[in-house]
Amino acid sequence: MARRIKIALVGNPNTGKSTLFNLLTGLNQKIGNFPGITVDKKIGQCKLAQDIHAEVIDLPGTYSLYPKSKDESIVFQVLANSEEVNYPDLVVLVVDATNLRRNLLLFTQVADLGLPIILALNMTDIAQKEGIDLDVDLLSQRLGVQIVSISARNNLGLEELKSAIVNSNSILTQQESVEVSLFAPKAIAAVKEKLNCKQDYVALQILHQYESLNNLSPSDKQAVSDIVLLTQFDTNEIQTKETIARYRYLSGALLGVTKDTSANKKFALSDKIDTIVTHKIFGFAIFFFILFFVFNAIFTWASYPMEWIENAFLAISNFGHEHLPAGVMTNLVLDGVLSGLGGIFVFIPQIAILFAFISVLEDTGYMARVTFMLDKVMRKFGLSGKSVVPIIGAFACAVPSIMSARNIENWKDKIITIMVTPLISCSARLPVYILLISMVVPKTLYFGFLSLQSITLMAMYLISILAAILVAMVMKFFIKVKEKSYFIMELPVYRMPRWSNVFYTMYEKSKTFVLEAGKVIIAISVVLWVMATYGPTQKFTAIEQKYEQLKTKNPQAKIELERSEAAEKLENSYAGILGKSIEPMIKPLGFDWKIGIALITSFAARETFVATMATIYSVDAEEGESETLRVKMSKAMNPETGLPVFTFATAFSLMLFYAFAMQCMSTIAVVYRETKTWKWPMIQLVYMTALAYAASFIAYHCFK
Amino acid sequence: MKLSDLKIGERGTISFFTDVEMSVKLMEMGCLPGEVVEVERFAPFGDPIAIRVSGYQLCLRKSEASMIIIE
Repeated sequence: MARRIKIALVGNPNTGKSTLFNLLTGLNQKIGNFPGITVDKKIGQCKLAQDIHAEVIDLPGTYSLYPKSKDESIVFQVLANSEEVNYPDLVVLVVDATNLRRNLLLFTQVADLGLPIILALNMTDIAQKEGIDLDVDLLSQRLGVQIVSISARNNLGLEELKSAIVNSNSILTQQESVEVSLFAPKAIAAVKEKLNCKQDYVALQILHQYESLNNLSPSDKQAVSDIVLLTQFDTNEIQTKETIARYRYLSGALLGVTKDTSANKKFALSDKIDTIVTHKIFGFAIFFFILFFVFNAIFTWASYPMEWIENAFLAISNFGHEHLPAGVMTNLVLDGVLSGLGGIFVFIPQIAILFAFISVLEDTGYMARVTFMLDKVMRKFGLSGKSVVPIIGAFACAVPSIMSARNIENWKDKIITIMVTPLISCSARLPVYILLISMVVPKTLYFGFLSLQSITLMAMYLISILAAILVAMVMKFFIKVKEKSYFIMELPVYRMPRWSNVFYTMYEKSKTFVLEAGKVIIAISVVLWVMATYGPTQKFTAIEQKYEQLKTKNPQAKIELERSEAAEKLENSYAGILGKSIEPMIKPLGFDWKIGIALITSFAARETFVATMATIYSVDAEEGESETLRVKMSKAMNPETGLPVFTFATAFSLMLFYAFAMQCMSTIAVVYRETKTWKWPMIQLVYMTALAYAASFIAYHCFK
Repeated sequence: MKLSDLKIGERGTISFFTDVEMSVKLMEMGCLPGEVVEVERFAPFGDPIAIRVSGYQLCLRKSEASMIIIE
């Protein structure tokens, strides 16, 4: 008979819990060295032995069952409620062997919830190297649970852990660490009776957390609230007593278990790295060097694969036009769908490179140092050091970054972070910048390696950071709050990044992008192609008739006439009409109606800019020859002035508009989800659009 | 004496906390009365502080460190 076991992975942040999850389930996902990177509930399947399978849930890293954020509160809710779908048969508690006592605090709490536990002692190899000797058998005897030494990083002890899980049974063996009922005898007894719960510690946690527990009915909440009042249950005082009692128990339990075998200072290398990396001058120099290195890599390394992708799509399109029967379907597939697809795939190199860097910076522990270094500066702007992670993440994408802002405990810090995060130039703006920069900025090289284009790109990013800072400073004065902000954070030891995880992150993010953003982009490309190809029948017939007559009159000017016929058709198509209707509004910014069409479609997602341009300009293309979008756009002329449409002023104005405007439906949705009100996303939409318009207006008139 | 008054490399033993709410969070992270703490470094702008406590590095703001009374 096949057996299925439900397992929950629980542990402090930075214990290698997510790495173990990857090893067990093979379903790789993003792991980080930064506290609290594992945000969502992650479930994977694992084959333990012949006919024995496990469903593994990776719970958010936490230091205790007392939650400090929304993510951490999931841990208690999953482990305490036997009706919860993910309620496990067994908990695997992952602990960092180099820091046993603090890690075991969570163990004693989880053990008191009345679930069978296996302790996975991770990083024993590192502990040994640092001169910490552990008597695992003695510890196992004292705690009353099975302990398996593993090294998730080096793939050691995994088989032993699996067989320990298979051989575990549902009888609780853990020793009692503290007498829980003594902390609040009356209140605990009352809650146990009222809610029919068996464990003293579950009752005690409910007394602390009842307000935020989702599984309690309003009447149950009221009942617990009454008990709290009646018994004068003082949360802070009782939690203090409990924490001290647990640590006292652990000091005893660890006596003789850990032996310091070397007199050397622990983690001396990590300490040396910190001296340089968080240094007043070197620290910032390194930080800016890393930022520049990342942007330079995105621009220069990615340019080769991007060119291959561009050329490949061009070749396919040419081949198709030559070999497929001419007609509406062929045009729709090649000029609508295929050009849309090209617009998606060309992003992949940049997205992959950006996420590779972010993954490395998190995995090594560097991101935590950046948080540490910048906290004081960030606080001046109404943010917190912890805002650095969402803000740096926003260079990739605002959506996951806004979700990661959950880890900021203070409400005001969190709201301001969420409000300014979409201003940071995300990867979706990158193709817009790259396309426009490559058109109007010369390819000058300084000192043989500093390219003017890279510097311009970096300037765009700096402008976005500056805007975020200024907006945060303004918002600091408008948002009032009583709650205290705090910043108590572990600085994890530096570690080498796990390259397999880096590559997997690159693959996973690119795939998500192609699948998620891709759907929107293809849909919009097709709609656009239709709108750009068709128009009101009367007008179209009139144009066709007019050119028919002209062509019979001057057969030698046929090619020229066909080109102006296509242009006139586009102008009178549905897309043209839409673009023209907003032209008066965007003319002061230097944009014509074609850019207007791109602006409209970009409100769904910025990524569509390039695809939209590709569709519009391929409709507009000269017969007979296919060129890359860049070439077509540079050749575009303004019919009124006879000058190129994309001058430096227009391109710069357009880049600023894309830098500041809230052109992303997903971001609006996620801000609504995180703030639970339409107020914040609406404020964001209005202020960002106004900012974008003003910035573009000023830029266009300064450079014109 | 407050923890925030220590200089780099100086140590002290935690005696008590002046803020209840903060003390709960600090204790969970291993900052218990009786525990020895050592100031390891300051952030480039002098705040926050990185301290070593129960074998690992913890960082906290000066304002938070000033709530920890040491001897």
